[in-house]
Amino acid sequence: MMKRPAAILLGSAFVALAAFAFAATRVVAADKIDPAADAKAFQNFFFQKFPNVKREDFVNGPYSMNEDMKRQWQEKEEFPPYEFALDAGKEMFATPFKNGRTYADCFPNGGIGIRQNYPYFDEKEGKVVTLELALNRCREANGEAPYSYVKDEMASLTAYMAFTSRGKPMDIRIPDDPRALEAFENGKRYFYARRGQMNFSCASCHVQSPGERIRAEILAPALGILNALPIYRSEWSGMGTTSRRFITCNSQTRAVPLEPQADEYRDVEYFLSYVANGLPISGPGARP
Amino acid sequence: MASSIRVRATANGDITEVQALIQHPMDSGFVKDAKGELIPAHFIQELKFEYNGKDVFVADWGPAVSKDPYVKFSFKGANKGDDLKISWTDNKGASDTTIAKIS
Repeated sequence: MMKRPAAILLGSAFVALAAFAFAATRVVAADKIDPAADAKAFQNFFFQKFPNVKREDFVNGPYSMNEDMKRQWQEKEEFPPYEFALDAGKEMFATPFKNGRTYADCFPNGGIGIRQNYPYFDEKEGKVVTLELALNRCREANGEAPYSYVKDEMASLTAYMAFTSRGKPMDIRIPDDPRALEAFENGKRYFYARRGQMNFSCASCHVQSPGERIRAEILAPALGILNALPIYRSEWSGMGTTSRRFITCNSQTRAVPLEPQADEYRDVEYFLSYVANGLPISGPGARP
Repeated sequence: MASSIRVRATANGDITEVQALIQHPMDSGFVKDAKGELIPAHFIQELKFEYNGKDVFVADWGPAVSKDPYVKFSFKGANKGDDLKISWTDNKGASDTTIAKIS
């Protein structure tokens, strides 16, 4: 058997294989779950695969991989396409519900500068709670109808909340609770499991092939991919949330997407956010 | 309601560079909604930038321009601190106007 520390030191391709192997053996053998070691291995894999990319630059997705795209994006950022959503989100966030309470009442620190702590594991519920879920729960607790999880109002709200947290390092905690470890492990399994007609896993594109072209697009690295959410995608001509990102990925590989905020999506968001700990929030982002 | 027009105009010597982003659905009239019904055409027909009462940029647009359109151009002869007036009119007769300071 290969020992983990040895695997980290070896070539990047080998580490990818090792990661797959570990994911597979874990499920069967139920080894000790060690998120801290997983995060370290995950980050080191990307740092070694792309030694010329600055660590805090991975959160800029495809722009960290391609100089030409990066220049176009930097120009675009002078007048970003998410600006309308950001302004709308700021206004919505400040507007009280019918009962006079506001979003700020539902969140620590009035909801400002807290994006980097989401998703978190709720020990009462025994499940992962994402920012989108918390926002809709806040609405429902105050007698308002929930928003769609994929775009429009929800994306505007999360855009504003991400904006107030820009530059803060992702800071996801995994409490000492077997259910939290299980959620992390489920998320990891979801990330590495192949599915759909094309037989792709999330990792097939975003771990094996970041920086490569997939038709006209450049694939983003999985490391820090959620730090930029929500995003304005030119392809959507609009904003999309983390839920929308997952659903699109699933349907593009011809897998059947899950419902937004399904347990698996919550868990994979938990996994991906945790392994990006320490990298700055860069959302809201703009992507082609 | 906030303005549907965002403008940034910067004078650099003789040249003023203008960037504008306009919030508009720009429906082409060929797209169907979730119920399968056609969304009627709804697009900006005229976009105008005026400086000192004189048009510096006029666009006659049709349904093929994308949603939330972005425009960038430059012109000569404006000074820092001057006003630039931007207005659009769409095919339903709606319009919006804003005045930006050249910086």
